[in-house]
Amino acid sequence: MNRQSYKRDVRPEQTAGMTLIVKTVARLTVGLILIFGTYVVFEGHLSSGGGFPGGVIITLAFINLVLAFGWKPLMGKLPRRRAVLIGSLGISLFLLLSLFGLISGVFFKNVIPRGEAFNLFSAGHILYCNIGICLNVGMGLFAIFLALILFRIEPEDGA
Amino acid sequence: MPELSVLMLILFVIAAAIVAIEIKDLLSSVVAFGAIGMGIAVIFLLLKAPDLAITQLVVELLCLVILIRATLGQKPLEKRSPLFLPLLLSAGAFLIVFLVSAALALKELPEFGQPLMRVSQTYIDWSLSMVRTPNVVTAIILDFRAYDTLGEATVLFTAVIGVLAVMRKVGRKKTKSDSSRDGRQN
Repeated sequence: MNRQSYKRDVRPEQTAGMTLIVKTVARLTVGLILIFGTYVVFEGHLSSGGGFPGGVIITLAFINLVLAFGWKPLMGKLPRRRAVLIGSLGISLFLLLSLFGLISGVFFKNVIPRGEAFNLFSAGHILYCNIGICLNVGMGLFAIFLALILFRIEPEDGA
Repeated sequence: MPELSVLMLILFVIAAAIVAIEIKDLLSSVVAFGAIGMGIAVIFLLLKAPDLAITQLVVELLCLVILIRATLGQKPLEKRSPLFLPLLLSAGAFLIVFLVSAALALKELPEFGQPLMRVSQTYIDWSLSMVRTPNVVTAIILDFRAYDTLGEATVLFTAVIGVLAVMRKVGRKKTKSDSSRDGRQN
């Protein structure tokens, strides 16, 4: 019994995160990574990029936080259930935009007015589709990451 | 000359793949796997597909983080040496079938760098004036062929649901009580 509980102790690097250097660098860079991911999503119809890579970049920022600070500080802000909820909202937004086309009779018809080319709000529904894909992909992959991390830690912690 | 550099990168990727399969240490294998992905991303960039290169790079990083996290404390696997003659025979048969069918198929393909421009020429002509976006790739995947992208997003969403269903808490608690029951019996 005693030996078992000793075995089940959580290793310090899993809860408390990494060293001070890694924490400081993560604190400085995570905001920049988030801004870059948002840029890739919002400029997906103007330069190369789009919802899928932008969503994964945003996920990588959150994963940076989890790796540097451990999984406990982020659990209060973005638990797995909320991540799954946001991902589901993303794909619902995409599906809703596809159903908007039925207003004019054709599935996926671009009914939102297209503005001038090379502007941010141009090209009709493409920007909103990118945002939906970004939420779906990013939060879905983050939920997978959390599931894979907690799968190893939780039995040790909750016992 | 991009073709020579692409050829060298392909050789590098093949070498990294062989290393990733053959090496004994798991972490080194994962690092070699990362080298494969980075090489493929640079190949995409040299062949002028920046959208694909960004996606490949980013997804590769995510997979690498998850794989390193999973293999960090693991012991190296013990490999059983397979029988030599059946391995040689099956590899030879596969190589013959692959090379013959590849030679037959590659004859029908258009030459490298000179694609057939039937459908794609229409997309290139119309994406700026009709969709009003300068990025032809985005115009194709979210306007001309948005239905495909909806299917792709659904596939990813289904994968997420599958992983979360396999790793949910209820199933884990059942296995825990099973193991404790086993412990009590012992």
